Amino acid sequence: MTEPRGDGDAGASVAEQLHETALINVHRAAGARLIEFGGWLMPVQYSGILEEHRAVRERAGLFDLSHMGELFVDGDDAGDALAAALVTDPRTLAVGRAHYSMICAPDGGIIDDLIVYRLGPEGFLVVANAGNATVVSDELATRLGGWRAVLDDRSLATSLVAIQGPAAASVLAPLTDVDLDALRYYAIAEGQVAGIQGLVARTGYTGEDGFEIFVDWGRGPEVWAALTKARAKAGVIPCGLGARDTLRLEAGMPLYGNELDRETNPFEAGLGRVVKLEKPGDFVGRAALEKVAREGPAKRLAGLSVTGRGIARHGHRVLRDGTPTGFVTSGTHSPTLGRPIAMGYVAPTDAEPGTILAVEIREQPVSAEVVPLPFYKRERPGP
Amino acid sequence: MVPKDLRYTKDHEWVKIDGDVATIGVTDYAANQLGDVVFVDLPAVGKTVDQFATFGVVESVKAVSDLYAPVAGEITDVNTELGAKPELVNSDPFGEGWMIRVKVADADQLAGLLDAAGYEQLTAEG
Repeated sequence: MTEPRGDGDAGASVAEQLHETALINVHRAAGARLIEFGGWLMPVQYSGILEEHRAVRERAGLFDLSHMGELFVDGDDAGDALAAALVTDPRTLAVGRAHYSMICAPDGGIIDDLIVYRLGPEGFLVVANAGNATVVSDELATRLGGWRAVLDDRSLATSLVAIQGPAAASVLAPLTDVDLDALRYYAIAEGQVAGIQGLVARTGYTGEDGFEIFVDWGRGPEVWAALTKARAKAGVIPCGLGARDTLRLEAGMPLYGNELDRETNPFEAGLGRVVKLEKPGDFVGRAALEKVAREGPAKRLAGLSVTGRGIARHGHRVLRDGTPTGFVTSGTHSPTLGRPIAMGYVAPTDAEPGTILAVEIREQPVSAEVVPLPFYKRERPGP
Repeated sequence: MVPKDLRYTKDHEWVKIDGDVATIGVTDYAANQLGDVVFVDLPAVGKTVDQFATFGVVESVKAVSDLYAPVAGEITDVNTELGAKPELVNSDPFGEGWMIRVKVADADQLAGLLDAAGYEQLTAEG
């Protein structure tokens, strides 16, 4: 058998140059398998990806996300500056609210996808992907030039611990002074967790309810320990990047580097609604994105349910009636659905749900059907 | 310690010999490296394989690995249980996780394989 080389295995020589989070020894003690991801040495799994995935869907899981980028933007013009730098309009956010956004290049290509949180009338937190944190920080700093706004990149000064799953609120509530009942989805509040000052956001990347807790770098292990003590009773387990990927794929969420990159614009990724063309003022990429909105995207992201035998993977060709129409961007076995699922770019005419396509796996066409995203949706409490 | 009555390859396949029939699978070390196995792609009965050629693929959530035949011969049996239960490779790699059976074409090929001690040493160094 070939040595399994999944995405991002770290060789010994690479390990010396990688960042480590404040929780690295906690992960080692827990027996985590560590890999390189976005320049960081991170846990890909502890007990096993399937078990960790199911824990999040059924109870809750604990994630160390300290590799993400945390960029604080403050100043009189912070809102205006961000509206000119990003595709969304953060000025429309109420204090304590957040939205999903993207930073694009002048040609409309996506530099990163982001969450923007409004912490105050003139204060915002922009969270970027680990692998793009430096690029986004540099680009945002450049775009803030001329505005009365300051960028404070605290990525390496911040630990981020997440608890995700239907039991997340009940595990976290006793440990925090933040009123979780009042904290809506995509909201953020300042408060204490286990006596440590920080930010608690009701956001996540799993398709479940959950919370992301931002604290000063050195305090991360204490938050983790407090949640660990509380979670033991609830059957909550630590989860790595492997489960994070299967969870987000089931939830139809894009991953930068797979579905999103510099050669892709938001409309192609099915995220045209995130681009607020109607907002006042210019923004980087406006002209290019208005053109795509008018003319339609050149390719479309489609959800694929594999009906034949085989697992579609990143890079596999997608065919329609034997003719190539695109490529798979992400694919795996779905633990919740019990069958392979994938996302990929296809010609716009082939992206309609119900279209029968094929994925070329080891030179064999394996049938797949286009289905609407997401593949999985959690049950929300009734109206 | 891996089963003493089996032979092993450096690529983590095991072979059990019974007359001229070889039963083949991957070791617990391999299953552990893979993580949760979610798919096993095996050849059809009647196909012949060469020694150390690929005979199939084993997939975990994150990785795809080729399977190499420890000995050459004609495939007489394929473990169809692995279709519905790929996790058998993790739970019982030396037993119910077996993959194919081959009619051994050349018994001399077995001499080149590792014994249990040799395989243990290999994985200890790995």
